[in-house]
Amino acid sequence: MNALIDNNLDDTPKVAAAGQGQRWAFVHSVRFRRNLTWFLMALPAIIWIFVLKYLPLPGIWIAFTNYRVRRGIFGSDFVGLDNFRFLFATDSAVRATFNTIGLNILFILFGTIFAIFVAWLLYEVYTSKLTRYYQTLLLLPRFISWVVVSYFVYALLATENGLINSLLRAAGLPGISWYTTAEYWPIILLLVSLWSGMGISSLIYLSGMLSIDIQLFEAARIDGANRWQQFSNITFPIIMPLIVINVLLSLAYIMNADFGLFFQVTRNQPLLYPTTDVLDTYIYRSLIVTQNISMAAAAQFYQSVVGFALVLFFNWVVRRVERPDDPLALF
Amino acid sequence: MSGYTQQLRQKQREDLDWIFHHISQFSIHGVLVLLGLFCLVPLLLIVSASFTDEMALTRNGYSLLPSEFSTQAYETIFRNPVAILRAYAVTIFVTVAGTVIALSLMSPLAYALSRPDFVLRKPLSFFVFFTMLFNGGIVPYYILMTQVLRVQDTLTALIIPYMVVAFYVLILRTYFAGLPSELIDAARVDGAGEVRIFLSVALPLAKPALAMIALFTALNYWNDWTTALYFIRNADLYPLQYLLYIIQSNAQAMQLQSAAGHISMSDMPTQTARMAMAVLATGPAAIFFLFFQRYLIRGVTLGAFR
Repeated sequence: MNALIDNNLDDTPKVAAAGQGQRWAFVHSVRFRRNLTWFLMALPAIIWIFVLKYLPLPGIWIAFTNYRVRRGIFGSDFVGLDNFRFLFATDSAVRATFNTIGLNILFILFGTIFAIFVAWLLYEVYTSKLTRYYQTLLLLPRFISWVVVSYFVYALLATENGLINSLLRAAGLPGISWYTTAEYWPIILLLVSLWSGMGISSLIYLSGMLSIDIQLFEAARIDGANRWQQFSNITFPIIMPLIVINVLLSLAYIMNADFGLFFQVTRNQPLLYPTTDVLDTYIYRSLIVTQNISMAAAAQFYQSVVGFALVLFFNWVVRRVERPDDPLALF
Repeated sequence: MSGYTQQLRQKQREDLDWIFHHISQFSIHGVLVLLGLFCLVPLLLIVSASFTDEMALTRNGYSLLPSEFSTQAYETIFRNPVAILRAYAVTIFVTVAGTVIALSLMSPLAYALSRPDFVLRKPLSFFVFFTMLFNGGIVPYYILMTQVLRVQDTLTALIIPYMVVAFYVLILRTYFAGLPSELIDAARVDGAGEVRIFLSVALPLAKPALAMIALFTALNYWNDWTTALYFIRNADLYPLQYLLYIIQSNAQAMQLQSAAGHISMSDMPTQTARMAMAVLATGPAAIFFLFFQRYLIRGVTLGAFR
């Protein structure tokens, strides 16, 4: 029995050891025991991944059925593409798609520019003792929950007594009813996402800058290059591959929105949906609020499958652009 | 003579360069201080509001310093602390249990996947990291949790979600793979088994990476409210962040009703009390972050994150 598993696991012929007779069997069994131990070490997490990540996958079939909880996933009536026809007939699903893509592009564009700028600032004063404190402050927001973020956004934007409206009134301007005016929200959400994300994303570019040979800058300085010339002629070209790869990987996830940002920070205000409703909040409402599970599943299927296609596509692109000695793509 | 003039010019230019250098250095610090404030000030706004007198907050509005200092909000909370204490207990239990389980699931997996002579390395890596590419999303997951595993309204539902995160496994695997193989070979020569090598050689060496993953995982659990939003209806099992959300959305609903004259404003938790709750819910996480963030910065700077 043992030998059988042995052969299955380890059928690669070890030519080098083959000539050594008995020794060969010994090495063979140690190798097998090692592999068995590794497999057992991996097993609990593998089971978790199987149950939580693979077991739900057949559930995407719900998108093609008129789902009834009592009849189960495969007992419910098959309705073909009806759910999708319904989905795209509603303005809100189309709107959620446009909002998801549009806002993500906005976040990626400004997020990247801002992250490079902050990384460059940190790089220029990297030897200063203060840099550590800047980094700590910049990273802190990433670890504040979206619920708490929504609390201070409310303190800033409350119509009656929010800080921004107080300042506007002090300047003799009329206050704005922020939570009912949708057109301001792309900017507000952009600012909140910069607040939350710039620490981590700037650290990524900073680490790229720190790997640049310092002699390049010294040589440039001797030639009389100022800070901007050093940035545009040395730093920027060298971190360009890093930027391209990061932007491409963000584009791969363009169909996914940060649920917390869009659900909490907007306080789920229906009046703001025209500019803030994204696929993730749309799916949440279909699933929990209106409890139209088939519709939620259709939106989910569409988000997952288009998302998967984008991930594969952009990973392929990344593999094409990256240098072969520095593999950054997932596969 | 002309040599002297040249020297003087050279000196002047250097002085000028020196001044320019310091002005620009100074302004870079200035911008970074402003950015730091941009990160910090919103949080101070919450702290300030929590220490403001309720009437003053309604009258004068939110400000960076309390317009009228008061600890009323905290006194109100501590007078009737059952809800927040229970939420604290739930959150602390879930965070500690979740982080311990997560590390003890992810690190052995990552170690196994980092062994070059593990025959199942490739297929298992694909099995793990494929989940980063294709995600069934919340709907099938919701069905699984409620119809198959039936864990709604249990602590299990709160602990399950972040136990294995493929991205963290990737970071740990990279770290384990980078450990000097001489050390592992030496332990093997000394007769140590694979489990022994993992526990007493690999794990201690990987402490920086493990600390970083522990920080991320703990904060994932501490800040989690979405799991409760989907799976917890029993108020006894509300974690802190979800309790905060519920209080906020109840206040919102009551505001609408009181505007319509159905209930009086005095029934709802005051604005300052809500802000004080936010401070109490965030404080421990912020302190935790400050203690462990050096691991994080080191990890990111070393390139664990791309």
